[in-house]
Amino acid sequence: MTQALDIDHLTAHYGSTKVLEDLSLSVGAGELVSLLGASGCGKTTTLRLIAGFLEPTEGTIRLGGRDLTRLPAHKRDIGLVFQNYALFPHLSVMDNVAFGLRQRGVAYAERETRAKAMLDRVGLSPLADRLPGALSGGQKQRVALARALVIEPPLLMFDEPLSNLDAKLRVDMRVEIRQLQRANGTTSVYVTHDQEEAFSISDRVAIMNAGRIMQLDTPEVLYQRPANAFVARFVGFENLIPMRVVSRDGEMVTAEAAGGARLSLSQERFGAIPDAFTLATRPDGLAVTSGPGADGIPATLGLRTYLGRAYQYQCETAAGHLVANGALSTPLEPGGTARLVPVPDQCCVLAAEDGTR
Amino acid sequence: MTTRPSPALIAIAALVYVFLVGPLVIVIGASLSDTTYLTFPPQGLSLRWFENIFEITAFRRTIVTSLQIAFLSTGLALLIGIPAAYALNRYRIQLPSWLSTVFVLPILVPEIVLGFSLLKSVAVGASFPIFVSLLIGHTLLVLPYCVRVISASLASFDFSIEEAAISLGSPPAKTFFTIVLPNVRAGVIAAFILAFITSINDVSTSLFLTGPGISTLPIQILAHVEQFFDPTIASVSVLLMFLTVAVMAIVERTLGLTFLAK
Repeated sequence: MTQALDIDHLTAHYGSTKVLEDLSLSVGAGELVSLLGASGCGKTTTLRLIAGFLEPTEGTIRLGGRDLTRLPAHKRDIGLVFQNYALFPHLSVMDNVAFGLRQRGVAYAERETRAKAMLDRVGLSPLADRLPGALSGGQKQRVALARALVIEPPLLMFDEPLSNLDAKLRVDMRVEIRQLQRANGTTSVYVTHDQEEAFSISDRVAIMNAGRIMQLDTPEVLYQRPANAFVARFVGFENLIPMRVVSRDGEMVTAEAAGGARLSLSQERFGAIPDAFTLATRPDGLAVTSGPGADGIPATLGLRTYLGRAYQYQCETAAGHLVANGALSTPLEPGGTARLVPVPDQCCVLAAEDGTR
Repeated sequence: MTTRPSPALIAIAALVYVFLVGPLVIVIGASLSDTTYLTFPPQGLSLRWFENIFEITAFRRTIVTSLQIAFLSTGLALLIGIPAAYALNRYRIQLPSWLSTVFVLPILVPEIVLGFSLLKSVAVGASFPIFVSLLIGHTLLVLPYCVRVISASLASFDFSIEEAAISLGSPPAKTFFTIVLPNVRAGVIAAFILAFITSINDVSTSLFLTGPGISTLPIQILAHVEQFFDPTIASVSVLLMFLTVAVMAIVERTLGLTFLAK
C-alpha cells in the first residue's frame, strides 16, 4: 500500500512571483520527511502542490510511479491533516471519519466498522456521535488524523498539525502521530516551522528557505553537521567566524580570524579545509576563559544572562559579535575581558560565507 | 450585585416598542372595523373587509403576481448570488477588490433610478413582457442582499474544510453541495427571507415596470388608496404582513430541516 513520493524539478509561481524554484525531493516508502522553515519559505506551497490544490509551472510529482502532476486533487488519494483540523462542522465524528470511505463507495456496514476501528485506535470511539464543535483541540486533531488514515492513503501529509495545540499536548500528539505513522508504514510529508517537532518525529528533514531546500538530511546530521551558513544558523550555530588558513602541516591546519587570533584544526576531523572558510559554533562551543594563556579570541564581555545550566555572554571581538556560554562556577563581570576558545568537538567548518549576515 | 435599569432607560425602551408595534396594532385594528371608512379604534368587529379583498379581482390577481415575482426573483437571485458570493470569498486574493463592490451597487442606486433605467432598457428598450421585466427588475433589486448576506456567512467559513473533503475523494462540485452549502445554511435562509421581503414590499422599482393587466400588490394598494378610503387597505396590508410571516416560517422550517437531514 505504501508508496514512494518523487518530486522532480518542481517550480511554482503565484501570479508572476516565483515561490518555488527547481525543487526536487524523494520520500522513500514508509518514510516521514519534514519540510521545515519560516513562513514564506515554500513548505506549504510544496504541500499544496503535492495535494493538487496548486499547479506547478514546471516539474513532476510521482507517487509510486503514478504521475500526479496534472491529476485533480480529489483523485490523488492523499490523506491530509490540517492546522485548523478542517473537520466537517455539520457531521458527527463518526460521519467525519467515514466521509472518505463513503466517497470510495464503501458499503454502509463496512464503513461503520472501519471508521469505528479507526476511532478506537485514536481513543475516541466514545465520542463518535458528537459534533466536532463539542470536542477539544486535541480530540479534533485525533479525529482529523483518523479521517485521513481510515482511507489507507499511500501518502499522508500534515500541514502544521500541532500549531493550534498547547505545548504539553503538542509533545503528546507528535508521539502519537509518529506511532500511528510507523505502525501503518505510511509515507508521510510533514510541514512545520517548529524545529524540535520536525527533528523529533522525522526520518529526514528538509530545511527550506526562499523556495529552495537548503539541506535534506537526518536530524542528527543537520544538527551536528550543517552544510551551509543558513542551516547552521537555523539549528543554532549562532557564531559564524570567517577564517583564513595561514599554514598547513600535514593534517593540521592553522587558521586565523580577523584580529589575528589563531586556531589549529585537524583535517582528520573536519575533512579538507579550504583556504577561506567559516567556523561555526553554538554558544556552548565557545569556552569563555579569563585564565592565563594565549589561545582563543580576545573579547570584551557585554551583557550576561543566566540560562540555568550556564551563563551566556554577549561578546565583542575583532571577528565580530559572538555569543558564548561560561561555567556557572566562575561568573565573569560584564565589561571585563576574556578569551573565547572554540571547542573542536562542537565546531563546524563551512565554505566561506558571501558576507551576508 | 445586580443593577436595576434606570427609569429613563425603561421609558426609552418602552417608547421604542410603542413606535415599532404601534402602527401594526393600528393597522390590524382598523382592518377589523365594521365602518366603511378607515378608523381607529375599530367600531364594531367584522371580517367583511377581508372578504372584500377577494371580491376585488385586481387584488386577487396582484396577490398571485406578487407571490410569483417574489418567489421567482428570490430564487433567481439565489441562483446567481450563491455562486457569486462563493467565488468572491473563495478567490478573494485573486479577484480585484472592486468586484465585490459591483454587487452592492444596486443598493446604492436609488430604487426610483433603478426602476426608471429598467423601464428604458428592459421594458421599452428590449420590449420584454411586463411580467419578465418585473422579474428582471426584482432579481436585480434583491441580488445585492443575497450576495452580501451569503458572503458574510462564507467569510467565517474555513475553506480548508472544502479542501479536506476534496482530498478525501469528493469532487469539487459535489463538495460544494455536501460540505460548503450546509455550512452556510443560515446565510442562505437569511438571504431568502431578506430578498423575499424586499421583493414583495417593493413599490419604487415596480412602479415603473407594472403595466396594463399586470401589477403587484403594493402598486394595487397604491391605486386603490387613490380612489377609495375604506378599511380594505388595512385588511390587505394585514394580509400582506401575514403572508410574509407565513412564508418566512415555511422557509425556516423546510430549508432548515432539509439541510439538517443532510
